[in-house]
Amino acid sequence: MSTTPAGPRPKFLTIGRIGMYCFILVCAIFFLMPLYVMVITSLKDMDEIRAANILNLPKELSFYSWPKAWSQACTGFVCEGLKPGFINSIKITVPSVIVSVGLSAINGYALAFWRFKGAYFFFGLCMFGAFIPYQVMVYPLLKIEDALGIYSTLPGIILVHTIFGMPILTLIFRNFYVSLPIDLFKAARIDGGNFIKIFLYVIIPMSAPITIVAVILQVTGIWNDFLLGLVFAGRDNQPMTVQLNNIVQVDYGVAEYNVDMSATILTSLVPLFVYFISGRWFVRGIAAGAIKG
Amino acid sequence: MPLFRNIASMIALLPMIVISLTVFVGCIIYSFVYSLTNSKLIPVYNYIGFDQYERLFKQRKWDVAVENIFIYGFVFTIGCLIIGFLLAVLIDQKIRGESLFRTIFLYPYAMSFVVTGLVWKWVLNPTFGLENSMHMWGFGWFELDWLVNRDLAIYAVCIAAVWQGAGFVMVLMLAGLRGIDEDIWKSLSIEGVAKWKSYIFVILPMLRPMVVTAIVLIAAGVVKVYDLILTLTSGGPGYATTTPALYVMENFFKRADLGQAFAASIIMFISVVCILAPWAFYEFYLRNKYATN
Repeated sequence: MSTTPAGPRPKFLTIGRIGMYCFILVCAIFFLMPLYVMVITSLKDMDEIRAANILNLPKELSFYSWPKAWSQACTGFVCEGLKPGFINSIKITVPSVIVSVGLSAINGYALAFWRFKGAYFFFGLCMFGAFIPYQVMVYPLLKIEDALGIYSTLPGIILVHTIFGMPILTLIFRNFYVSLPIDLFKAARIDGGNFIKIFLYVIIPMSAPITIVAVILQVTGIWNDFLLGLVFAGRDNQPMTVQLNNIVQVDYGVAEYNVDMSATILTSLVPLFVYFISGRWFVRGIAAGAIKG
Repeated sequence: MPLFRNIASMIALLPMIVISLTVFVGCIIYSFVYSLTNSKLIPVYNYIGFDQYERLFKQRKWDVAVENIFIYGFVFTIGCLIIGFLLAVLIDQKIRGESLFRTIFLYPYAMSFVVTGLVWKWVLNPTFGLENSMHMWGFGWFELDWLVNRDLAIYAVCIAAVWQGAGFVMVLMLAGLRGIDEDIWKSLSIEGVAKWKSYIFVILPMLRPMVVTAIVLIAAGVVKVYDLILTLTSGGPGYATTTPALYVMENFFKRADLGQAFAASIIMFISVVCILAPWAFYEFYLRNKYATN
């Protein structure tokens, strides 16, 4: 896929092109408006929010809401802000990403090069899992984790993320490995490589691009998860999204919209950072996840 | 050929096989079995036939949930497709600042549904939100009370969802557009076909696989919608924006009506299968049958 359309840029502005630019600008305003509102609301104090237009720039910059959202805002009876949620989200995301990407890479490798009878039946079953609504699996899975003694614990939520990340990641890795030249694998076999050795010395060194795509997909996906964190993480490990919702929705006393918006921005910082840094890779992740090979 | 030639591969795929069988298949069987019981707070096997389903279909709330999911599914899917396709076409017109616009249109997709819901809840706030802005600019007649309006609240959810998801469709479509052979464009311009006509009647049909993939992925996501509605409207006003997912979660965790929740989740599952079955049959069976790997 080339990144720019072929041919030169048209030289003259026609009515049509002006109209086109207008439409694109209107769309851009629509897409940017919530981000703009989020940022400026977080920089206003409550008096100004109550008195002035939501779209107006703040008359005076107020940074009151940021530290409050980070370390003092209340979720029910606890007033520790989003910080514990941020730490929990990291504690959940990092191991979940490592385990799910590692496991799925091995799955993809085994499926691509070491097919055995029935392997693709189970792969199909696994892919089918990607489309089952979480609501169907949440309760029975909760029972399974309860029986294993890991419900409401960090390993419990990590296992859940590994399970639900597996179908799409396995597919991505399998598709990537299938596209590698098979002769490479054959040569490694002739040289006496076995399952593990070929994976370690031939496949892993070539997996960098697809691993980046998979990691980006998982980091944003797990960071943004709400439902699974709510059900499986337990009170002590609630991820940032769950705490954000608690802070905003459970408002005893006066609603502080500036604090709410600061908290919202703080929660989306990690995925936005990943998105702006990785740009092209993020897009590749979408394409890899969506287009079946 | 020895039976266990690929023993290492089998061991490597064991986690995937176990998870597929216990979680993906096991949970559905579990849910179905207990949907035939009158379990309340804990699952007990007390067979009552299909009474839970009968009860489910008599619930006014379930009717509203189903109606909402159809409205949401229709508006969200169509909205994403139209806006996504338009944006992709416009971005493909050799415009200035192409990558900037692409970044703007896709960034909401990196945010979580929780963040999306909370931002739009603030933007559409009936007291301080956009309605107030318009009033302040002298458009006193302007009304945007969707979040507190029983009939319109579900459309507020649709707007927020389209805002988040349109960029995803744009990326898919753009990948498709960039894959179109230059010769097709040349012959179209020699024939003197108007550009908009070529896009609708020639290019769009060529992008059919992309469109189908986009529709299937969006539709599968529609059934799952939970976080967005929970944060934006909490299913309200009243239960005007409740969805099957909310209904299930409420019966699991708030009302302790497990049997009812299982029955509703099984209906959700069946509807996803109905959406996916024809596509999966084509994608995985027919194509693999006639294509070589």
